[in-house]
Amino acid sequence: MLVNITSILKNKRTEILELWMKNQLSNPGLADDLISNQDLRSQSADFVNALVNNLNENNIDNPNSSDFDHVIEILGGISISRARQGFSPRETGFFILSLKESFLEILNQEISDVKDLFTQSLRLSRLMDNFTILTFETFIKGREEVIMRQTDEITDISTPVIKVWDGILALPIIGTLDSARTQVVMENLLQEIVITGSSIAILDISGVPTVDSLVAQHLLKAVSATRLMGAECIISGIRPEIAQTIVHLGIDLSQIITKATLASALQYAFKSLRLEVKRSATDNKLFNKTQY
Amino acid sequence: MDRIPILKMGPFLLVTIQIDLYDRLALDLEEDLVRMVEKTSAKGVLIDISAVTIVDSFMGRILGNIASMSRLLDAQTVVVGMQPAVAITLVELGLPLNGVSTALDVEKGMALLQSKMIFDEEEEQEEDDTAAN
Amino acid sequence: MTLPLTKDILVVSREQDVVLLRNRVKEHAVKIKMGLVNQTKLLTAASELVRNMLRYGNGGKAIIEVVSSGRINGIRLTFEDQGPGIADIDNAMTDGYSTGKSLGLGLPGTKRLVSEFNIKSKLGEGTTVTIIKWANG
Repeated sequence: MLVNITSILKNKRTEILELWMKNQLSNPGLADDLISNQDLRSQSADFVNALVNNLNENNIDNPNSSDFDHVIEILGGISISRARQGFSPRETGFFILSLKESFLEILNQEISDVKDLFTQSLRLSRLMDNFTILTFETFIKGREEVIMRQTDEITDISTPVIKVWDGILALPIIGTLDSARTQVVMENLLQEIVITGSSIAILDISGVPTVDSLVAQHLLKAVSATRLMGAECIISGIRPEIAQTIVHLGIDLSQIITKATLASALQYAFKSLRLEVKRSATDNKLFNKTQY
Repeated sequence: MDRIPILKMGPFLLVTIQIDLYDRLALDLEEDLVRMVEKTSAKGVLIDISAVTIVDSFMGRILGNIASMSRLLDAQTVVVGMQPAVAITLVELGLPLNGVSTALDVEKGMALLQSKMIFDEEEEQEEDDTAAN
Repeated sequence: MTLPLTKDILVVSREQDVVLLRNRVKEHAVKIKMGLVNQTKLLTAASELVRNMLRYGNGGKAIIEVVSSGRINGIRLTFEDQGPGIADIDNAMTDGYSTGKSLGLGLPGTKRLVSEFNIKSKLGEGTTVTIIKWANG
């Protein structure tokens, strides 16, 4: 007859918690700047209680049992919040691994038979290892969410549509142009064309590091879509090295109007809207004031 | 049977498509328009699709056909008011409607047609002049 | 893993059904909060496929499903016909290929509009096209 391991754990839960706290606090890698001792203690107590309360002789060998739903929920919550707060994977992993240490230490104290001790330790280890894997999975998911949110933010920030003149929009593109980004750029641009009733849009690619055939295709799509709306699209900011790559790759951009600088694109736009920029006469009052 | 109304405005014809077209309706429109261009000797056709939420390849082809047929009858076609989502979808579909002129709204479309008419007249004028000499 | 949440079956036999199907798909797309551009792409793709089904397969069955994969939802559309089938699918999926009077950009163009595209066809038995558009693209 094996010893009843769950009743040992239930009876010893206070000792387990103390031991676990001691283990966690003794870890030199603990980010005590990120979490207070008090919070750590209440998190740990919640988890130990949930685990010990739901543990029985049947489910200890079955980590997928629905009895552990609550335990997994708490653990998931802890690792997600740690991922967001910027804990390292090691710190997060140590949380659950040090609990396993404490469990094994208690078993070591309580079970005298060596064979028994080995069997029970193994069972408990398996369960705890499973929780460890889960912790990492959730931790990574939490990190991924952070990355996804930042990606969205970057896409939003980096595509402003500027009204440079009545009827003329400019859109400076900074960074690599992939298909998801192109979609956002196009949507913003076309929406703004409708709102402002602009008939000319300037896409400035000075901030795009490289133009390969895929990027060129995206640019052509933006130009075609603008044309379908009834507006004209000019590409500006083509650096010499980009002109070289475009020609070497055999990309045909002859169907679109391209300009070297935003200034010359603007000049073209003025011309096609029959606008003129004139230098004012020298007897300008403002000019005189600054002179004398 | 439903028909899409065609309005005559001076030398131009104006069609406003208010509902999503099914095939028969679109084909009827194509036929009606070409007849009207011939009957009224219209110089331009304005098709306002600002209320249209879907243009698939069939509708795209109808628009292209109308433009080509009208050109044969000496009328320019301008499609106006395409929704951004429709424009993006058409481009992705690979249907940039190259033969069709476009404008942002009816007003700008009308201006575009007028400028094309003036351009045509000037050209004719020049041809007459050279012929006279 | 892709899990179906709701299912809606529509028999397509006349060209008026194209508009009916579009409206039905739109209802579902709005329900899962799909953005306007993605909605338009999905509806256009549906329009192309149902038209193909009418032209080459003499109509057939359209299934509209709301599906979920992890945290994102999407719309899955299945078009089944008992038409003549397609002899060379690879060829049909190439830009510029067409047996009918269309522009020959039907299938590859449609594929570009959706997130997932799957086609099965057997000569003499019919064609089944399945597409998925996720709410976020």
